[in-house]
Amino acid sequence: MIALLVRDMRLAMRAGGGFGLGLAFFLLVAVLVPLGVGPNSTVLALIAPGILWVGALLACLLSLDRVFALDFEDGSLDLLVTAPIPLEGVVAIKALAHWTVTGLPLTIVAPVLGVLLNLPVDGYVWLVVSLALGTPALSVIGAFGAALTVGLKRGGLLLSLLVLPLYVPTLIFGAEVVKRGAEGMATGTPLALLAAITAGAAALLPFASAAAIRINLR
Amino acid sequence: MDLRVDQLAVARGGVTVLEGVRFALPAGRGLVLRGPNGIGKTTLLRTVAGLQPAVAGSVSVAPDAIAYAAHADGLKATLTVAENLRFWAAVYGTAAVEDALGRMNLAELRDRQAANLSAGQKRRLGLARLLVTGRPIWVLDEPTVSLDTASVQLFGDVVRGHLGAGGSVLIATHIDLGLEADVLELGPFKAIGPRGGGAGGAFDAAFGGDFA
Amino acid sequence: MSFWEYANPQKFMQLSRKVMPWVAGASVLCLVGGLAWGFFGTPDDYKQGSTVKIIYLHVPAAMMAINAWVMMLVTSLVWLIRRHHVSALAAKAAAPVGLVFTLIALATGALWGQPMWGTWWAWDPRLTSFLILALFYLGYIALWQAVDDPDTAADLTGVLCIVGSVFALLSRYAVNFWNQGLHQGASLSLDKEENVADVFWFPLLVCIAGFVLLFLALVLLRTRTEIRARRMGALLARERMG
Repeated sequence: MIALLVRDMRLAMRAGGGFGLGLAFFLLVAVLVPLGVGPNSTVLALIAPGILWVGALLACLLSLDRVFALDFEDGSLDLLVTAPIPLEGVVAIKALAHWTVTGLPLTIVAPVLGVLLNLPVDGYVWLVVSLALGTPALSVIGAFGAALTVGLKRGGLLLSLLVLPLYVPTLIFGAEVVKRGAEGMATGTPLALLAAITAGAAALLPFASAAAIRINLR
Repeated sequence: MDLRVDQLAVARGGVTVLEGVRFALPAGRGLVLRGPNGIGKTTLLRTVAGLQPAVAGSVSVAPDAIAYAAHADGLKATLTVAENLRFWAAVYGTAAVEDALGRMNLAELRDRQAANLSAGQKRRLGLARLLVTGRPIWVLDEPTVSLDTASVQLFGDVVRGHLGAGGSVLIATHIDLGLEADVLELGPFKAIGPRGGGAGGAFDAAFGGDFA
Repeated sequence: MSFWEYANPQKFMQLSRKVMPWVAGASVLCLVGGLAWGFFGTPDDYKQGSTVKIIYLHVPAAMMAINAWVMMLVTSLVWLIRRHHVSALAAKAAAPVGLVFTLIALATGALWGQPMWGTWWAWDPRLTSFLILALFYLGYIALWQAVDDPDTAADLTGVLCIVGSVFALLSRYAVNFWNQGLHQGASLSLDKEENVADVFWFPLLVCIAGFVLLFLALVLLRTRTEIRARRMGALLARERMG
């Protein structure tokens, strides 16, 4: 299992793009939004939590189609299915690897981009906390979408269509945490709900994803 | 360590392609599948390897006994030869990487990226994976594709060594590897689905009955 | 005779051929009768004027938009557990019907919202939930379209339907949390005092019955079409095999 995590992270590093692409996209969103909305700092402060969360979500989405597709194309997915690791574990590890190279770096750079969007001072802690708690759910849900579409021609677009509605609760609770935090309100409820979604998704979705992969491979 | 296949029917794309396949593969023996392209050799091997469900019949084998090698080698282009093998050795919990590199004549290429290997070298690396699995039953789908004569010889020796050590091999190939193996000729088969709906049959077969 | 016998395509075709004209006819009767009664036979609302009468389209469509998904969930489960092919096809057949009902609910809602709230669209929890529901339908239909092998498509969409149902419920809750909303409370419930008055109630019930029957008729028709298409595929495949 650890070998798989190491391999996936090594592949992501060597292929380049894995790390950089999502971060670059996130940066672009944070730069383009003020250019589109205007430099009014009150307006930017108001929309910053939502923009940062939507940006992180889309940056996550960007690399999802590679989670299983590469292994499918070169045949290693077949070999992994017949290997002595439960497929549910393979899925969970691959989602974890995806999070480590996308969700984690996004969480780390988010405060810097918060400055660009004039996020209120009280919001920074909650931005990092909510992304750290919420982005694992994005990776796990995304891995489910990738499992459904593995092996399909033009699977990338379909993947987005399938995954975006599933991202709704995570996005709402995640952005709500930052919004309330930035306004100095209590963040307990949305934070607990966000954590519940991540925990539930991480515990249950690998089973659905593994089922989808088995169906797709036969 | 026997592999037993009884009255097996397999389907590809919802259409049954082989039916009533039966054979037994005891330890130390090899079985070669032959038959024209499209007859269902790959489908049969995938079913035996547990990658797809059987339409009917049974495959009985001890758990964790089969190592499967398909057309694609499952190599990662950006990893080196040794890294590729070490990954699979870790997955299967063995430590036979050096031995496998030596036996497939890959020791000199150990630090080269898989992307820079020739087709035949990649194939040898793919087959070296079988050695690090430590599994007794090898299920091989056209293993000699893109191998030159010397490499085929080498691979034949490796398979013989595996059989000599009490392993067994189920192999779809058209090339004579010089094995003492039984041959199973797969003949064409006319697909007739089960009538009516309900559990079992492939999706399309359920709609093959007579109705208005 | 067991209920499951109708999962046999042949039995299903025989039964549905007999039942469908009656269902379709009853649906037309209920819809024409209910809508005419609702539009011409009920008084205008003292606050909302005659705009209130869009309720006869809006409420039944919205109810059936949700019920269609529930029906898809049940039929998907039946397929995944008992492998009855007709069940999988019924789920496939219901999805576009459910999507159209969702769009009707959204469109009539916009038409009603304009004079009432002064806007075509508001990010009200109910409207938002229906928009998200429409996205779920779109994804489900797109997945059916994208997968070539019917067995695989049925399995994958079944898994998506189950996971999607959980996330649709979560989204509903999340959206409520996110915005308390403009939308009035439920028009119909069995225990609340604030139900619509009886004069509106009865034609509304007839309209709901009409929409339920319409949904049944459309799903039966589409399932029959799917079965025929599948049969053609099976026969062609057999011909290719010789």
